[in-house]
Amino acid sequence: MTITLTHFLVLSGIIFSIGLFGVLAKRNVVSILMSIEMMFNAVNITLVAFSRYLPVPASNSAARGLNGQVFALFIIAVAAAEAAVALAIILAVYRGRRTVSVEDVNLMKW
Amino acid sequence: MPSYVWLIPLLPLAGLIVNFLLMVFGGMRQSRVSGYVAILAMGAAFVLSVLALFWAMGQPRSTDMPIPVVGSFNWYTAGGVAFPLGAIFDPLAVVMLVVVTFVSTLVQIYSQGYMDGDPGYARYYAFMCLFTMSMLGLVIAPNFLQMYIFWELVGVSSYLLIGFWWGRPSAAAAAKKAFITTRVGDLGFLIGILILFTQTHTFDFAKIADAVKTGSLGGTTLAIAMILVFAGAVGKSAQFPLHAWLPDAMEGPTPVSALIHAATMVAAGVYMVARTMPIFQGSPEAMLVVAWIGGFTALFAATQGLVMSDIKRVLAYSTISQLGYMMLGLGLGSLTAGTFHLVTHAFFKALLFLAAGAVIHGTGGEQNMFYMGGLFKKMPVTALTFLAGSLALAAIPPFAGFWSKDEIVGAAYQSGNVVLFLFAIITAGLTAFYIFRAWFMTFLGERRLNPELVAAAAHGGYSNGHDGHGLDAHGHLTDGHDTGHGHSGHAPGDAHESPLVMTGPLIVLAILAVVAGFIGSPLFHGAFQGFVAGSQEADVAIDVPLAALSTGIGLLGILIAWAFYGAHWLSAEAFTAKLRPIYLLFLNRYYVDDIYGWLVGTVLLGLSHGFAWFDRAIVDGIVNGVAWLSYAIFGRVLTWAETGRMPNYALGFFVGVIIIAGIVVGIPVGH
Amino acid sequence: MTTDSWLTLAFYVLAFLLVVGALGVVLLPRIVHAALALVFFFFITSGVYVLLQAEFIAATQVIIYVGAITVLFLFAIMLTNRSYAPDSNPGNSQWMAAALVALVTAGILLATFLESALPVSNLATPGGVTDVTRTLGELLMGPFLLPFEAAGLLLLAAMIGAIVIARET
Repeated sequence: MTITLTHFLVLSGIIFSIGLFGVLAKRNVVSILMSIEMMFNAVNITLVAFSRYLPVPASNSAARGLNGQVFALFIIAVAAAEAAVALAIILAVYRGRRTVSVEDVNLMKW
Repeated sequence: MPSYVWLIPLLPLAGLIVNFLLMVFGGMRQSRVSGYVAILAMGAAFVLSVLALFWAMGQPRSTDMPIPVVGSFNWYTAGGVAFPLGAIFDPLAVVMLVVVTFVSTLVQIYSQGYMDGDPGYARYYAFMCLFTMSMLGLVIAPNFLQMYIFWELVGVSSYLLIGFWWGRPSAAAAAKKAFITTRVGDLGFLIGILILFTQTHTFDFAKIADAVKTGSLGGTTLAIAMILVFAGAVGKSAQFPLHAWLPDAMEGPTPVSALIHAATMVAAGVYMVARTMPIFQGSPEAMLVVAWIGGFTALFAATQGLVMSDIKRVLAYSTISQLGYMMLGLGLGSLTAGTFHLVTHAFFKALLFLAAGAVIHGTGGEQNMFYMGGLFKKMPVTALTFLAGSLALAAIPPFAGFWSKDEIVGAAYQSGNVVLFLFAIITAGLTAFYIFRAWFMTFLGERRLNPELVAAAAHGGYSNGHDGHGLDAHGHLTDGHDTGHGHSGHAPGDAHESPLVMTGPLIVLAILAVVAGFIGSPLFHGAFQGFVAGSQEADVAIDVPLAALSTGIGLLGILIAWAFYGAHWLSAEAFTAKLRPIYLLFLNRYYVDDIYGWLVGTVLLGLSHGFAWFDRAIVDGIVNGVAWLSYAIFGRVLTWAETGRMPNYALGFFVGVIIIAGIVVGIPVGH
Repeated sequence: MTTDSWLTLAFYVLAFLLVVGALGVVLLPRIVHAALALVFFFFITSGVYVLLQAEFIAATQVIIYVGAITVLFLFAIMLTNRSYAPDSNPGNSQWMAAALVALVTAGILLATFLESALPVSNLATPGGVTDVTRTLGELLMGPFLLPFEAAGLLLLAAMIGAIVIARET
């Protein structure tokens, strides 16, 4: 069977959901961050797939159908920046609280 | 319509404002200028009223002539309904204007003597102006709304004047009682007005009368509405069961009693019924109620007047009784009978009150007739004018009361209602009896003195007056006589004639008591009746047997009074001892006041306690319960959701995302 | 075999490996193992990009994700774990609810994707462009210059921020 856009989208949806599970179900905050990165990647796959398979609209001839790839590029950059900052925060919290368990940081409870 | 008619109610208002300004800014609280201002305003209003009367008499009249409304302007518009104010000057209104201004002017002149030296002199005249303005406004009102406004104003004036000597607890209580009792009636009045309004969307008398004539308003609704409207008259005119305030209102100065509680304010109820007669006639049930309450009250009050010892209270019950007569006449359908008696009663009852005031003034404050007697020699003018008033009240021809009361008795006879006719006749006899009892006890025989006063005078005290002005010149509560009068105190037994400023009005009113009736008699071909009812002449032939019957009853009453109190052929004490239960019933005013006291004190207060409990326990309980609910239950539940842990929040977040996504995706898919 | 069938095979293999890698990140009990699974995941993603004829993106993916971000994670793991504990990547107390939510999300997404009628182009390359990399470069320096510069600024800010937050006080 020919691989169509739908295949890539389904794949990306599955990866996204797995990443979502990881975000909500892990105790180690670094692990949560890794799952977030996975979700970013799933979205990137979607974007690039759309860019490959959708017809180019006439009004968008400037980007010539490569919108998705440009967007994916920027997402990669932003994800990198975000990972850096997030990990810095984790380090700071670890220095103060000596824990990376997300369940132990609950001073804001009632 | 001559343009000056507008000044008639505005002149007393101007008097009020000038007096007020003098009091507040001029500090003139006791100056005689206040009196002059008021008399000037009132006298000018009277002159204008008379001119208006002459003008009205010169107008062509027919029974179906529309009432000329003058100067109607829209005071307020709300929800598509206009509330106009205006004035009517039809014959009925003009007659009332003349009566009110005339009696008011005479009373003001009289008050110059009676209230001389009273610390509240200026305040008295200011309130008198307020009252007269309100009464005149009421008379010229063309619609229910305006009439109600001035109705309430009149009630306020009455309260202020009854409680004029507010330092005295009994006076303050009487003023409160008057206001609250009339307020109960006014509530019915207001509800009745509103019912009429919802049916016809107007307050105007003429328009509502048209609705009744065309039949668009009638039946039970009209009956209920008019009975409620009549409730206002019951309160204001002191009919049963809202009559109890009027005897207590005698706590006020006697000129006040003369003006307000004899001649004018209490007549406002009668006037209102007369004014709305075309509407009443649409409901025979309401008319019957009016007639029965009137007839019953006439008899009821007369029985109580028989046993009173205070001269002013005899007159108060007499007023209630006579108002009952007027209501009887109106209720039986005779507009002219009721209003005619209103006019003659205004004159002779004002006369009687002013004369009683002269007696009280002259005896240094004595009001108890058992301690009077033999005053004829000491104050002959007062005695003779009082006699004239008594004869008019007893309806002896040719005095004024005869013509008007006879018309009412005639209407009762013609209605075929035997019970009401008997009420009227018996009351006539009782009326003659009690008023001549009063006259004989006061003016004939030897002076009987109050033993307590004699003892007090022997120890050098002042004579102790009942009518004593409650405040002395320094505003302190005293029980003493008018200290500023120039007398340093009477020895008990002293009595003197009053000054001219007081006896003058008495003489004028006495003359009217004699002749005023003629305008409604066959001699003038029923000019009064014709004028008021709108046709040129009216049929006022005297039914001779009937007239003879009522006159005979009256003379019989006088004779019996003479037997008891004049010649002492019979002993009043022995008679009352034999009929002691009935005597006590009358003396205790049928225990009506006690019943009301019980109703308010026990029933109403008990209900209030019940409602207060309900408010505290249940209403507040619900509010507190809701608060408790929100913190105990909702609060706890929501607290559980706030764990402080990031994964929980993230989970909640994504649950929300799923829900929204589900909705967004599901709707197009579902279609 | 035809090109088409090679592509199909490649896709299914890559898809399978990708899912395996993802599950590994999420389910492996030791966090270092999870980090390695993440590396594997990134590599396979790069392969998917190649399949989609986005060569530049594939290369960028390897350089940045595998190269930089992985190192970042490994350093973080090293600095924040006291011991090489066998249970350093546990599930938390709400993992069942999380699984449910993830399943529902997957359901919604898949339903959307499978139900939608997506227009498909029959071009051989994305947008008919033959030299993707050159075109991307022209785009970045042309219409997308502003986002490009902004991204640079963002990276600078993130770098400074990370330094400030993570430094020893």
